[in-house]
Amino acid sequence: MRKKRVATVSLAGCFGCHMSLLDMDERILELLQDVEFDRSPLNDLKKFTRRCDLGIIEGGCCNEDNVHTLRDFRNNCDVLVAVGQCAIMGGLPVMRNAIMHSDDPLRECLEEAYCSSPRVYNPSNQIPNDPALPLLLDKVYTCVDVVKIDYQIPGCPPSGDVLWATLSALVRNEPIDLPYDMVKYD
Amino acid sequence: MNKTMRITVDGRKIRASPGQTIMDACDDAGVYVPRLCDVEGLVPQGSCRVCTVKADGHTVAACTEPAEPGMKVENDTLEIKNYRRDLVRMLFHEGNHLCPICEASGRCELQAMAYRLRISQATKYPYLQPVRPVDASHPDIALDNNRCILCGRCIRASRDVDGKHVFEYVGRGIHKRIGVNAENLAATNASIDDYAMSLEVCPVGCIIRKREGFFAPIGARQFDREPIGMDVETRQEHHVPKRRPDPAFGNDGTK
Amino acid sequence: MIDILWAVQDKLGCIDGEAMSLIAEKTGTYRVEVEGVVSFYAFFSSVRKGKIVIRLCDDIVDRHAGVFAVAKSFENTLGIKLGETTPDHWFSLEYTPCIGMCDQAPAALVNDVVVTNLTPAKVKGIVRTLKKTRDPRALVTKTGDGNNGHRLIAAMVKNNIRHTGPVLFDKSPAEAGLKQALTLSPGGVLELVVDSRLRGRGGAGFPTGKKWRYAAAAQAALRYVICNADEGEPGTFKDRVLLTERAQLLIEGMTIAAYAVGAAEGILYLRAEYRYLKAYLEHILARRRSRGLLGDNIMGKAGFHFDIRIQMGAGAYICGEESSLISSCEGKRGEPKNRPPFPVQSGYLGLPTVVNNVETFCCVPPLIARGPKWFTSIGTPHSSGTKLLSVSGDCTRPGVYELPFGVSVQDVLDKAGAKDPAAVLIGGASGDMIGRPEFQRRICFEDLPTAGAITTFSSHRNVLEIANYYMDFFIDESCGYCTPCRVGNVFMKQGLEKIMQGLGEAGDLDYLRELGKTIIATSRCGLGHTSPNPILSSMKSFPLVYSALLNAHPNEFQAGFNIQSALDEARVIAKRRSLIYDVSYGDEE
Repeated sequence: MRKKRVATVSLAGCFGCHMSLLDMDERILELLQDVEFDRSPLNDLKKFTRRCDLGIIEGGCCNEDNVHTLRDFRNNCDVLVAVGQCAIMGGLPVMRNAIMHSDDPLRECLEEAYCSSPRVYNPSNQIPNDPALPLLLDKVYTCVDVVKIDYQIPGCPPSGDVLWATLSALVRNEPIDLPYDMVKYD
Repeated sequence: MNKTMRITVDGRKIRASPGQTIMDACDDAGVYVPRLCDVEGLVPQGSCRVCTVKADGHTVAACTEPAEPGMKVENDTLEIKNYRRDLVRMLFHEGNHLCPICEASGRCELQAMAYRLRISQATKYPYLQPVRPVDASHPDIALDNNRCILCGRCIRASRDVDGKHVFEYVGRGIHKRIGVNAENLAATNASIDDYAMSLEVCPVGCIIRKREGFFAPIGARQFDREPIGMDVETRQEHHVPKRRPDPAFGNDGTK
Repeated sequence: MIDILWAVQDKLGCIDGEAMSLIAEKTGTYRVEVEGVVSFYAFFSSVRKGKIVIRLCDDIVDRHAGVFAVAKSFENTLGIKLGETTPDHWFSLEYTPCIGMCDQAPAALVNDVVVTNLTPAKVKGIVRTLKKTRDPRALVTKTGDGNNGHRLIAAMVKNNIRHTGPVLFDKSPAEAGLKQALTLSPGGVLELVVDSRLRGRGGAGFPTGKKWRYAAAAQAALRYVICNADEGEPGTFKDRVLLTERAQLLIEGMTIAAYAVGAAEGILYLRAEYRYLKAYLEHILARRRSRGLLGDNIMGKAGFHFDIRIQMGAGAYICGEESSLISSCEGKRGEPKNRPPFPVQSGYLGLPTVVNNVETFCCVPPLIARGPKWFTSIGTPHSSGTKLLSVSGDCTRPGVYELPFGVSVQDVLDKAGAKDPAAVLIGGASGDMIGRPEFQRRICFEDLPTAGAITTFSSHRNVLEIANYYMDFFIDESCGYCTPCRVGNVFMKQGLEKIMQGLGEAGDLDYLRELGKTIIATSRCGLGHTSPNPILSSMKSFPLVYSALLNAHPNEFQAGFNIQSALDEARVIAKRRSLIYDVSYGDEE
């Protein structure tokens, strides 16, 4: 049996879920018997080299680049797994959506963040706007808002144990059956 | 008056006394019926519908439906579980339930119910992401309505136990929310010592006791150790009867 | 409480925080309780409204009759948008759900005055008259037929009685039923009603005799008889006609009910939209009192005391549900009560209460006068008597039709002059939408039950738009008490809109079906038990309309997400284009 090819990415997340992958500890060696990593920050591969069996997404979408990457993953992976609360329901970044009562929520958000907040030191009073910066979306979207997602692993971050249980089951085409104490939303 | 009857829950025969609801009979027998708006010590109101069971073929709320002799109740079937999952998901999607930033995480009944019902995969429900006001005016208490699931437990606790009437429902439909008895909470006679403000009343993280957040470390929180409902399932071993306000005294739960 | 709130609302144009505190203080309640009630009813407002409130009926029938153009015209003439009030606090403009004038749509309420058959051209004149006279009554230049011309009604409303039947328009002499009833014992009256197999005309069809028997059997010092005149079901207006033309018969029926169950007090719960009938109904009650037909020792029957008060509603569809109606009579939020106990055991103020529809009470006097045999000879075995139908929509003769139960949908359509009917909604928002193959079905409790609304749609109407309108209606009118109805209906609507935009996939239909099933199974009252019906029944009757809109080749992306609109705001703020999604900058997408 050929090894399953796995790609991972962190969108609007904090890389905590990727750190959690490392929390699988020595089991990661066991997992590597059955999988090889393609595009992933773990091996610093920035592009897909070929089609993958499994795509692991951390984080939701808050800018155009996130959307582009996520769609790229959808196009190049058979199965997509949303990992962590940010990917599943927006997580911390989605708190931005709570200021939608304003007529111009995105501007309000940027001004609060870069200009008007009392603890900001920004003498130029400018909102960063380099052409290389991706444009922000009007609000934060979850992964399932943008593309179809096959599985999700909740947690902030999901523990190494739940990642191991889910990924090893997916790699072996076994049903996922998690015990009570593994599923956590925080 | 004390003539007990028998009802069947998922094939198991249990006792019920006349006038008892299905929920109370089940609780006394150590059978857990999932619930959010109902809590021991308050008058049941049947609004969250998570306690939906099938009684003689009809879906009813176990917390308000009286037990009838010979009644056949389905509680733990796939159909009922699916309804409950849908309802809990609706509540999650209706408000802003960001578990990672919520102080109630780990002792939140909504979250625990989702754990118990094994909700881990995506749904087609949209997130409504409402923008509701936060009332932090009171020196000891803050209200984050974004986390409110409209269970009304604070309303009943304040009215029936504290005798104060700090809270009441206002608005209707999807705009329904909990109002306070003045311009804001600070202008009411609410106190941190009220039963309504205690940890056992608000099932989620809407009523926040200031300066007390995150008192239990991860791993030692209420539902880290055991699933919600374990207390009911082990009740018989401890022989604790269920507390209910006596309806003869009207709504006042203290008498 | 509702009466106090009406008085304050009329006087101040709003019930603000200060008023709420004062009302709470004077009535010994809590301010937040008052706020809860004020915020529940559509006709009350905590922000100040204009002295003249123009409420346009935005029912689907009115929409098809052109209410949007009328609304635009009002907006232009008054210089305000819908939902706004003019700066001088004279005019407010808003939409309101069905006001029971679908047979003369588009219609509007100007305070209590009903204006019908609106056109954009008429708007200027209306506003001019209002500005000049500051009195909505000046709008009534020509009154409608029958009692609409009575000085206490003086409304331009037309009755549109197209077909009279043997029961409601029975020619028996006045008070024959009551006279006959008083010669019998209360138990004897109950027996007649039971034998007649009369069933409630409000839609659910509960046997009236059985209901009365329960109430009569309940142990209590005082019992209540309540008439449900909160005709809120979109497309229903038959009670409007009965209240206008058969008010005497209605009160007679209520009096017989009171005699049969042993009630001493009655309430007529009148919907806010029919406030223009209140003065007239008060007058009828007063006349009956003076004639000894209400009050103490009615018709000389020693010991039979009964009187009726009118309770105004304040704009809440849910109050048509009997336990909500009772909550509303008690001055509370019109939320359904838990049952059991049923109203017949513990209703208004905890006392045994009979709640029946206007039409049900109107059936009682002829039934008593002519006997159950006569009554059961009309209609079908399980639905005796006649049904008053409110027919509206795409037909040439909209109006009310009294027809025997068992009449086929096709017959009704023919009578009403529906030329090209493609879809018919039986029973208003909570009813079933049926297509041509089912027009032979019969209107009765055995087949297609209805509270009276028959809304016809011709083949150039959009079935999904209709279903979407009704879903909107339910979202607005849900009391929000229970989770499935409060939240689930919003999801239903969003799912339907996705399909309407052409973004749906086959799975979305299953999603709607499953969601609808959960809402129906777990909701607390009839509103949630029926709210998914317009979508579910139209999916069943018009599967091709739905499937034609589905995306046949869905990809793995979510069609509902639109990257271009999601970027619009950022483009404006950053004053630049997207490097990824604006074509001129690259060739990636």
